[in-house]
Amino acid sequence: MKPRTRSRVTGILGRVYLGAILLFLYAPILVMAAMSFNASEFYQLPFTFSTEWYERVWRNDLILNAAARSVWIAVVVTVVATVLGTAASVALWRYDFRGKRALQVLLFPPIAIPWLITGTAMLIFFFGVGIGRGTPAVIIGHVALALPYVIVVVTARLATFDRTLEEAARSLGARPWMVTRAVMLPWIAPGVIAGALFAFAVSFDQFVISYFLSEPGDSTLPVLIYTAIRKGFTPEINAISTIIIAVSMVVMLIAARFTKFGGER
Amino acid sequence: MAGGIARTDRLRAIALLSPAYLWLTVAVFLPLSAMAFFSIITDVPFGDTEWHVTGENYTAFLESPTYARLLLKSVLLGVKVTALCVLIGFPCAWVLAKMIKGRAREALFLMVILPFWSNSLVRIFSWAIVLRGNGVLDKTLSAIWPWPVKLNLLFTESAIVIGLVHSYLPYVILTAYLALQAIDDSLIEAARSLGAKWWTILWRIVLPLSAPGLIAGAVLVFVPVVGSFMEPRILGGRLGTYYGTVIEDQFVAVFNWPLGAALSFILLAVVLAILALASPVLRKART
Repeated sequence: MKPRTRSRVTGILGRVYLGAILLFLYAPILVMAAMSFNASEFYQLPFTFSTEWYERVWRNDLILNAAARSVWIAVVVTVVATVLGTAASVALWRYDFRGKRALQVLLFPPIAIPWLITGTAMLIFFFGVGIGRGTPAVIIGHVALALPYVIVVVTARLATFDRTLEEAARSLGARPWMVTRAVMLPWIAPGVIAGALFAFAVSFDQFVISYFLSEPGDSTLPVLIYTAIRKGFTPEINAISTIIIAVSMVVMLIAARFTKFGGER
Repeated sequence: MAGGIARTDRLRAIALLSPAYLWLTVAVFLPLSAMAFFSIITDVPFGDTEWHVTGENYTAFLESPTYARLLLKSVLLGVKVTALCVLIGFPCAWVLAKMIKGRAREALFLMVILPFWSNSLVRIFSWAIVLRGNGVLDKTLSAIWPWPVKLNLLFTESAIVIGLVHSYLPYVILTAYLALQAIDDSLIEAARSLGAKWWTILWRIVLPLSAPGLIAGAVLVFVPVVGSFMEPRILGGRLGTYYGTVIEDQFVAVFNWPLGAALSFILLAVVLAILALASPVLRKART
């Protein structure tokens, strides 16, 4: 074969392969979404369109309460993690001091240690100090998981900030807080927004930590789904799962508008 | 005067950093220490319970072969899933990084990464729907395959592996993609014009240069898979007893927290050993 035809063949093969991977990644999600509109309770084919399961979700107070709890926990986590994380990123970027490397390394345990270990450790500790199980415990845990993501994303954005801008503002007589607010924050805003969306996604999708920390009957949506799956499939779970996937994908698509995901260099 | 400025700077740095790091201390580092303590006592020290320091929880691990066997089973599951993720993900990252250009690449890359940021529990659940007997996969294969098939993968080890690969494949694609993108195309071009065959280029240039990224991806897959419990529960059914599910049971069903803490701590030791082994490579991958 001539080199050109060969490269065309590999080009086609490569695209077919990529298509197969995307099929593998999306097919089960699409099947689930389709089944949530199927009238049969036991996923029987042929397919008959029905919105019954969505109507049932709408009437199911248990699911609605869990959904509301998941959303407001995620909102609280987003606010706290974004504020604390941005403050820490600014300090890590602006100041040079001994132990800075160590502080950066300390961000990895919450990401790298399996959640099963972190979650059970939190359960033990929170019981020991009297926080116990429940929504406050879940929030404390989620913020700790979201913080490293916020710091990493905001720090990456700060790296593109021109320090001379800050010096210029300062030499024109701006107070440090003024410099931060009027010069730096507008520049890093896309990074902060992306970090906030990551924090929301981490909390909203978090299952393992919530599972160990939430009180029975007072659980978040993923915990409720897990319990329902283990008791036996119910088609309402299909419907609410489809909604969850849609919500988190939309959140991440918006986040992608603000960050490059390392995709472009 | 200079010292004074440095002092206010230091105060500012502390003021900005301490909330975040105090939070991490209370929510992650103190709990991990508390677990170390819990793993060496006989009973939970809440209320009036009698408790004393003991090594029983660790000897329990050594005396009963069950725990060690399950840990091995979980480690093997991790090896299997990691190997599959690397074998499937690396070519995919190559196609994305070297064969597709411009806006299409950005969009496709986003599509590959997107599922990773959606709910993992729900994605595992969606495989339960696909893989069940008489389910979608079974029906589709029967329709296109000329011979009758009876395919019920749900509640088998294959189902667990498929679900986990689906969960963690984007990790490997992401890290391999970043590593491959950093390789200069002219290097490959030069090797090709000097007459190198594709496997020589792969073996002598591409793999050595992208190894740090690949290993980082592999570690990021292996560690959570060894500690997985939700995936085996949902896709493995009665077969799905792994090290992670045993730990889960100690905390939510059997309520033997000290034993659970000891088992968790042994898992943590395994994880830390792996991270330490990989850390020189991981450090290289970040720079």
